[in-house]
Amino acid sequence: MILELDFWLMIVLIMFAILALEVKDLLAAVGVLTGYSFLIALLFSALGAPDVALTEAALGAALTGVLLLASLTFMNRNSKD
Amino acid sequence: MRILGFVLIVVLGVVLVWGIGDLPERGDPQAPAPTHVASYYIENALDDSNTPNFVTAVLADYRAYDTFGEAVVVVTAALACLLILLRRREDEVEVEEESR
Amino acid sequence: MTGRFESVFLDVVTRAMVPLIQVFAFYIITHGHYSPGGGFQGGVMLAASIILLRIALGEESYRRFPREAGIWIAGVATLLFTLLGFVSILFGGNFLEYAYVVPGMDAVELRYWGIFFAEVFIGFLVWGALVAIYDALVTGGVEA
Repeated sequence: MILELDFWLMIVLIMFAILALEVKDLLAAVGVLTGYSFLIALLFSALGAPDVALTEAALGAALTGVLLLASLTFMNRNSKD
Repeated sequence: MRILGFVLIVVLGVVLVWGIGDLPERGDPQAPAPTHVASYYIENALDDSNTPNFVTAVLADYRAYDTFGEAVVVVTAALACLLILLRRREDEVEVEEESR
Repeated sequence: MTGRFESVFLDVVTRAMVPLIQVFAFYIITHGHYSPGGGFQGGVMLAASIILLRIALGEESYRRFPREAGIWIAGVATLLFTLLGFVSILFGGNFLEYAYVVPGMDAVELRYWGIFFAEVFIGFLVWGALVAIYDALVTGGVEA
């Protein structure tokens, strides 16, 4: 575990989380959420849990994004708040 | 209402950060979590099941019942998805037939 | 012959990538004894490869991997996993205690292969369930 790397990963993680909430375009929100999952996977592997990191990368970064995009095709792309 | 929510979030954040101080150090061998059964798994997984990666041994052998329940939850979610959306499709077909 | 988006590049890259993704997913499922990963992660990867086919190729992917196949794979894998659990009860162990599945064999060897088959069943189950969820969301499930 490298302390500086973890620190900056956490900072970028919080920025991604706030960005995913605040962005108006839902497609961009899905993209940011995918990046958030990928950063969490990096943090898990930095903490020495490669199993959890692999699950998070496969489920969070790949499949959740695809399912959200699939449901996004049925609805309006811009969020109201 | 917005200000109240903001104050609540700040208070909750302060309480959580305050609580971090009581957590054990990362990798502390005297912490409550690794002193109960984890040491047994780490010492005996290779002898018991010939599996070097003891995470797999815990997930699929010692705690196989938990994994079974987890898998059944996934299948139940898929079945529920299919049931709900299939029902809606049949309703649409009926509505189309009635409108003819 | 191009898919939904009339793009040759997307078509060729999809057809080249999907077998590689699937081989790597089977490696992750079956190599769970020695490296990180296991049934769940490999199953998610298999489902992702099928969903990539669905997105990129459109109608052709439903001929290759029919709508009903997902929930069938998930159901059969769940049934086999449950049977594996009850066989060990039959020969005197607890539910899913692999050391009792085949009487007379070495317990360590049995637990090794029990973990292997459990991972394979979990992988197929997650694969089928996630593809079924995607199909239900996108096309309204099995044709009524």
